[in-house]
Amino acid sequence: MRLLEHQCKRLLAKHGIPFSEPLIVSTPEAAEAAFSQINGPVVMKAQVPFGGRGKAGAIRMIDSGAEAREHAADLLGKELRGFLVSAISLEPKISFEREYYAGIAWDLRLRQPVAIFNRAGGVEVESEASLAVKRAFDPRTPLTPFQGRELAEEGGLSGKELVLVGSLLSALSKAFLELDAIILEINPLVITKEGKLLCLDAHVELDDDAAFRLKDALQDLGEIPVTSGGRTPTPIEEEAARIDARDHRGVAGRVVEFPGDLALLIGGGGASLTVFDAVLRHGGKPANYCEIGGNPTAEKVAALTELLLSKPGVSQLAVIMNVVNNTRADIMAQGVIDGIRAAGKEPSEVLSVFRIPGSWEDEAVALLAANGVTALGREISLDAAAALAVKQSLSSPSC
Amino acid sequence: MLISSEDKILVQGITGREASEMVAEALAYGSQIVAGVTPGKGGHSVHGVPVYDTVKAAVAAHQPTVSVISVPAAGVLDAALESFANGIQLCLIMSERIPRKDTACLVAAARESGCTVVGPNTLGLIRPGVAKLGTIGGRVDNVRKSFLPGKTAILSRSGGMTTEIASFLTSRGIGQSIAIGVGGDPIIGSNFTDLLRLLEGDLTTESVVIYGEPGGTAEEELADYLNANPSRLRINAFLSGRFVDDMEGVRFGHAAVMVEGGRGSVKGKAECLRAAGVHVAERFDDILEGLS
Repeated sequence: MRLLEHQCKRLLAKHGIPFSEPLIVSTPEAAEAAFSQINGPVVMKAQVPFGGRGKAGAIRMIDSGAEAREHAADLLGKELRGFLVSAISLEPKISFEREYYAGIAWDLRLRQPVAIFNRAGGVEVESEASLAVKRAFDPRTPLTPFQGRELAEEGGLSGKELVLVGSLLSALSKAFLELDAIILEINPLVITKEGKLLCLDAHVELDDDAAFRLKDALQDLGEIPVTSGGRTPTPIEEEAARIDARDHRGVAGRVVEFPGDLALLIGGGGASLTVFDAVLRHGGKPANYCEIGGNPTAEKVAALTELLLSKPGVSQLAVIMNVVNNTRADIMAQGVIDGIRAAGKEPSEVLSVFRIPGSWEDEAVALLAANGVTALGREISLDAAAALAVKQSLSSPSC
Repeated sequence: MLISSEDKILVQGITGREASEMVAEALAYGSQIVAGVTPGKGGHSVHGVPVYDTVKAAVAAHQPTVSVISVPAAGVLDAALESFANGIQLCLIMSERIPRKDTACLVAAARESGCTVVGPNTLGLIRPGVAKLGTIGGRVDNVRKSFLPGKTAILSRSGGMTTEIASFLTSRGIGQSIAIGVGGDPIIGSNFTDLLRLLEGDLTTESVVIYGEPGGTAEEELADYLNANPSRLRINAFLSGRFVDDMEGVRFGHAAVMVEGGRGSVKGKAECLRAAGVHVAERFDDILEGLS
């Protein structure tokens, strides 16, 4: 779950982290009104769920009501890195003395969270990455204020700023653990003219797998954007996610659309990658990536099959899995056949390759044979099965 | 290594649907499952295996040293801590979609208690002809068809690909000393490096096939380890998901599979593994090279 900037700010403010307060609008008229309300120079930001917004053109400096309206009209409805902008924030431009970076992330090698501080913040954080200092900590206990101060000292701070940043790092590490965060970044973190610490921007991603215990924390933040790699999902991708959500059994909703004409139903997790690579290497043009695995019901498999075949231009489907363990090959076969028929097509004409050896294989082979399809066995490797699917798709006319 | 035919096995969450099916197949393959635990279901039995309310009671009655955990994601951390507190030596966690923080907490606790953790998000591990833990191989007829005793170890980030690789090796007469699905999550209890250290000391193993994917740091870490500690083993690796390299920030397949900020690409992983002396197969079918 990647949150929008104003959601990050509200969430972290509840954890005692000092933020500037934004006004959120979704029309150019409201942007102009917000400008007059603030009554001074304004920073306008498109609300998008990724970091590096300055570089993406999502941040604008505004000096008049007319400019506010003009820039709002430009940003609203625009796609930034594939994400459709539907809200923008306005807040007073803050004059500050210095800007820093502070963040918490996971160090996968250490298998621990790590706090990061860089005294070169803002847009310089990447070019001055060598100034960053890090400290890993136990996932069961956040950093104490003194550990935060040690990190601030190592990062080159002294005096009052060292004390302020030390406490902030401690609070951030606590929020990171309590919120089941994957990443939590404050950039810039500024020292104002009055010597106060203020966070101007935040980027937060929370763990999808912890959603079951984050309901209370997220309840008054408004709608969390649904993204697929930061971009807005396509209708077919959205429908696949709905099909998956209707029934918890089996992994079956991860569809990513591609511009080709060969529909793919592939799995499990690793074999889907292997097969997709092989299809591309053999010159195939996939219409989609769609992973399937675990123990899905025949209904779920049928619904996905029908969905994949509904894409315009798609005339063939290849179903390829590794030698299956806990997935039942016969249930997969039944679902695929039902889905093809539901799409008003004949299995023997649409299904170019069906290769699911392993548990319940004999039953699957018999079922397919009764529907005019010859299943491939384990002696045909994943690579060879992909090559065959590509060969068939290139020789068949698209509809 | 890790498991012998004498080891007694406990299953936490034994009354669940998937766990119960797994128990039937593992017993048929010869694994010594002696007890199960589901809090509140003590006194029941599953395929003849007695069920207890606590690991403490199951350990007192049967002395298992290995535990397989298959409980809902929200209960995994507690179940793992319960097994560590009761002296379990090897804990295999099948459950998936566990919050990353919980995995990190249980890994930290396992280090303190000296328990080896495999997973989470693994289908299991098998020593062909000896025993298996988890659903790896599925139905027992498929397990016998796919796995053959021998001298090649398989370490895989994908459970499905573990069986696919084993089946492919078996069809060419190459047997396996052990096959381990290490788990598909970004943080796991035993990564390639941890397991390779164990394989170095396992004299039945002469070669290793590694299956890697984009994302995470497991392959890079292994390369660093091999650069510092040259191995006696022939190591072949196959890396899938090359197309993911061009699709920053999009997740495919397992939870760990994502390339971000240029980190975790297959290209980068292949380069550092090759530099460390690993034979990286271009196509899946090339994983056989140099194995006997």
